[in-house]
Amino acid sequence: MHTVPASGLLAASWLLIALPLAGAAVLLLGGRRTDRWGHLLGVATVAVAFVIGLACTVQLGGMSGSKSVNLDLFTFISAGTLDVKAGLLFDPLSAIFVLLITGVGSLIHIYSVGYMADDPGRRRFFAYLNLFVAAMLLLVLGNSYVALYVGWEGVGLASFLLIAFWYRRPAAVTAAKKAFVMNRVGDVGLALAIFIMFAQLGTTSFVGVLGSTGALAGGVLTALGLLLLLGACGKSGQFPLQAWLPDAMEGPTPVSALIHAATMVTAGVYLIARSAPIYDHAPAARTVVTIIGAITLMIGAIAGCAYDDIKKVLAYSTVSQIGYMFLAVGLGPIGYVAGLAHLLTHGFFKAGLFLGAGSVMHAMNDSVDMRRFGGLWRRMPVTFATFGLGYLALIGFPLLSGYWTKDAIIEAAFDHGGTTGYVLGGVGVLGAGLTAFYMTRLMFMTFFGRPRWDAGSASTPVDPHESPGVMTVPMIVLAVGSVAAGYLLTQAFPLSAWLSPVFGTNKLESHVVAPLWIGVLVIGAMVLGVAAAWLFVGRREVPVVRPARVSPVVRAARNALYADAINESLFMRPGQWLARALVFVDNRRVDGAVNGIAATLGGSSARLGRAQTGFVRSYALGMLGGAVVVAGALLAVTAG
Amino acid sequence: MSSFPFLLVMILLPAVGAAVIAALPRGREQTAKQLALGVSLVVLLLAVLTTVAFDTNGPRFQLTTSVSWIPDFGVRFALGVDGIALVMLLLIGVLVPVVVAASWNDTAAGNRSMRAFFAWLLLLEAMMVGVFAATDVFVFYVFFEAMLVPMYFLIGSFGGPRRQYAAVKFFLYSLVGGLVMLAAVIGLYVVSSQQLAHGTFSFDALRNLQIDPGVQKLLFLGFFLAFAIKAPLVPFHTWLPDSGAEAPIGGGVLLVGVLDKVGTFGFLRYCLPLFPDASRAFAPWILGLAVAGILYAALLAMAQSDMKRLVAYTSISHFGFIALGIFAFTTEAGTGAVLYMVNHGISTGLLFLVVGMLIARGGSRQIGDYGGVASYAPLLAGSMLIAGLASLALPGTNSFVSEFLVLIGSFPTRPVYTIIATVGMILAALYILLMYQRTMNGPPRGVLLEELPPGAENGPVGGESAHDSVLDHHGGATATLTETATATAPARARLRIRDLSRRELAVVTPLIALIIALGVYPQPLLNLIRPAVSATMSDVGADPHGITPTHAPNKGK
Repeated sequence: MHTVPASGLLAASWLLIALPLAGAAVLLLGGRRTDRWGHLLGVATVAVAFVIGLACTVQLGGMSGSKSVNLDLFTFISAGTLDVKAGLLFDPLSAIFVLLITGVGSLIHIYSVGYMADDPGRRRFFAYLNLFVAAMLLLVLGNSYVALYVGWEGVGLASFLLIAFWYRRPAAVTAAKKAFVMNRVGDVGLALAIFIMFAQLGTTSFVGVLGSTGALAGGVLTALGLLLLLGACGKSGQFPLQAWLPDAMEGPTPVSALIHAATMVTAGVYLIARSAPIYDHAPAARTVVTIIGAITLMIGAIAGCAYDDIKKVLAYSTVSQIGYMFLAVGLGPIGYVAGLAHLLTHGFFKAGLFLGAGSVMHAMNDSVDMRRFGGLWRRMPVTFATFGLGYLALIGFPLLSGYWTKDAIIEAAFDHGGTTGYVLGGVGVLGAGLTAFYMTRLMFMTFFGRPRWDAGSASTPVDPHESPGVMTVPMIVLAVGSVAAGYLLTQAFPLSAWLSPVFGTNKLESHVVAPLWIGVLVIGAMVLGVAAAWLFVGRREVPVVRPARVSPVVRAARNALYADAINESLFMRPGQWLARALVFVDNRRVDGAVNGIAATLGGSSARLGRAQTGFVRSYALGMLGGAVVVAGALLAVTAG
Repeated sequence: MSSFPFLLVMILLPAVGAAVIAALPRGREQTAKQLALGVSLVVLLLAVLTTVAFDTNGPRFQLTTSVSWIPDFGVRFALGVDGIALVMLLLIGVLVPVVVAASWNDTAAGNRSMRAFFAWLLLLEAMMVGVFAATDVFVFYVFFEAMLVPMYFLIGSFGGPRRQYAAVKFFLYSLVGGLVMLAAVIGLYVVSSQQLAHGTFSFDALRNLQIDPGVQKLLFLGFFLAFAIKAPLVPFHTWLPDSGAEAPIGGGVLLVGVLDKVGTFGFLRYCLPLFPDASRAFAPWILGLAVAGILYAALLAMAQSDMKRLVAYTSISHFGFIALGIFAFTTEAGTGAVLYMVNHGISTGLLFLVVGMLIARGGSRQIGDYGGVASYAPLLAGSMLIAGLASLALPGTNSFVSEFLVLIGSFPTRPVYTIIATVGMILAALYILLMYQRTMNGPPRGVLLEELPPGAENGPVGGESAHDSVLDHHGGATATLTETATATAPARARLRIRDLSRRELAVVTPLIALIIALGVYPQPLLNLIRPAVSATMSDVGADPHGITPTHAPNKGK
């Protein structure tokens, strides 16, 4: 990896982070004085960051030679041989993330102006959103694993603050804590990986670490790969750390769109792609990545079929789609570009779907229960149209975004070869069918059928209506992206060419299974999924109350395959017992034993409590004892 | 400027100030406060000037003062600072005025006078400066013991309901440790008088002794026990939760923020350089205690219902990190440990202060007696969140840098201990969020809850009614949708709580500013600390330049 120092506009790329950070600071410190215009400032900082990011990317595209631009800002931590610079690395990989974060971020900021219009905490909301954007940009722009880690935990904080944005709701508060703690579990993996890098190579910078992976032993590389994967699983809601992500839907819907669908939860994919030179030399770790991806994509897809909460279905869909991305980047050189392309298109259509869901909730008095929706397509045509395009893109409808990028992942899985290739590819095809099923079910329950909402109360009547322009315009833009991004990124302006300075060019000449057949398989699975949804949901009346007598399979899916129950019985409850037992031990045993000794030494009765009155005496006794020791010792010294 | 006896003045000034305050006639409480604040601010200024006068490339001990004290035993009243002591003086300089301001409106129980409180506080400051500035082991011992007296009276006279018990416990523990250390100090003198022409207590002379390994171990244990009680390390810790919980907030801040650091400072200043062989021999055991303490105290912190006890246990957990950094014997980890001492003083100091402000409003130390404070006192809640995030070492706050340095510096030499210690990161997130969310988030409840008469404005005291009512709207909307949202407050209720006053803002703002500033740009402090830590590491036989990686990536370039 060879870098060149930043020049021109790229030398000012720190502004990308500084602007939203300054926005957050102004909004938080300014207090209520900034209430009137705070949201506008919040939108402006991100929009300007997008323009700067775009200009930086154009400059990068025009550069000849090395496309890794390094910008050292100041010495962050220097002690002993450890020397960590605060610095940025702008290369084709970070560029696509910068554009995704600031681009989709700007749209969601604009949408939030309308969505949060009636919330008196809107200024605080924009402050946190700005803070998130700054941290996320640091995550993808930092030029060392330490800088990445700072951004990594920074987005964790922003996510925590935004999930608990309505902090009076116990469910939101609990979900925020769960997200933070499960992320911390992953962060421990990332931290340990950084420690190993320093112990082995004496550096934590991308250039230093990724440029010398050849020197590392195989076991070290595998350990690094697995520890980084642990970090990635925490942040991206992958098995076994997936349970926090659906709960995170307690946050306002724009947060779900930006943080818990389009950007932050894809950071794990970024981490693995960024660490490609490590994974290239660690095939065992790579296999684990693909397995984790495959397991998670099935868990997400199965759980997505059973929930009635529109946001939870989309959340499990996100879990599942990121599983696809993990599967792809775990395949190594043939999968990186496919995974990242799906990440980008997913950023468009999933953000669009969440904004659509938010629009529906806006119309339905913040209800998320799909059993009480129905027939909404007449009342909210723009939402229906944009959501519908996002839906088609997600299930892989031919020629729309998801079709191109998901197919590429399944192709790469088959091309991996051997039994593994067939298993991974098969899981991918099965997942595509399930995706079509749960998303079609969602469409039927929300937009079609008979309206099932009740009239509401007199003060808050339920009267579904289309959202204002400030909300629908971002949805329309994202819908256009959902339609076109896949074609643009895979056919018109291939992402593989843009990213070739990072990953090299990997043209596979021969395929294990012909792409045509894979296309037929995937479309077949999709059609089956849609048909099944029609059979089970679309052609019948949806019961307003969830049926209680269901098969064990459905019950398991409704409980997201018992992930919470497992976490609780394996970690939380034993942890609580342990803590309680230790309190007992600490009070009775440790303290008691020491109290006993102390009391005996102090010459008072067995219970220290009674020593209170004897304090002056024991103090005097202690001093006397000390004096005797001193005198005796000094005598001994002079005599000797 | 370097000829000015900064250190001597920094000891004498607060001591004289304490005497003046004690001599003030009854009823002059206001003068006492102003005097205490003025004196402590001058000490802060002196600490800053000392730092300016300090040359990081100069000799190890600078700004030295040395006066013959007890010539028969070679005791000299010798003062001087290296980078480690200097940053501790800076910490004292910052924390004491903050504590004075935080205790401004405190009242003492019974007929005790707050004049005495501020007098003891200043005397404590003088003793603390002395203990870090001493370069003669006997002088160190004297300050080490004398420091107990003002703290004893701060806890015993001005503390909570069980203050007598806590004060006696604090005193007995410290006294036992101190006496054992005294024996070791005398032993050290005996060894020096055998090897040198005259016996001495001078640190520099003692550092060059060649002590028999067996004797080293005994003397090491003498010092170690005193420091392990002071720091405190598990299992010598049980006095701290009582003292921390019962101490008045101001005293508690100085207790966990500065006083306890004398223990970890002692490890680094006395145990490692004077007894290098013994330090190496006992290191695995001490590391075991340190790492066990990190997890043990963190789990205990999670199970506490008393906020002050919780903070005390978090401190014990953090002292485990500091001990890990010291006994890993690398420059990186050692530097991190010293920085940790400073950062812990700031972040836990702030946490203690904010918890104290909440307790002052509600009159209860129980977590369960509060809830939903954030919507009525957002500044208080925000301050607690920042203090908590610093305590759990979130990047961007000061503690991240020190915890990261300790762990990354310990890993190459002690991987197993480090990996176990890293689990403490997860537990830290749990105990901090537990306290923050239960008190600050959720629906309003607890001792501050006040039901409103019919027809009254349903809003918080601070005039944020719009904010409040729409939060209710969202709360109401969810209550019908999620099964968990059942515990909501009575419809017409609010918390009777004031947000931070101007004085309280003046207390928390400098600490918050330091938390962020040292989190983003810690290098100035690291530059101060590094040379002294390098010297200590070479004393104990480690490479003073730092860790040599397994593969040097840029070899030959």
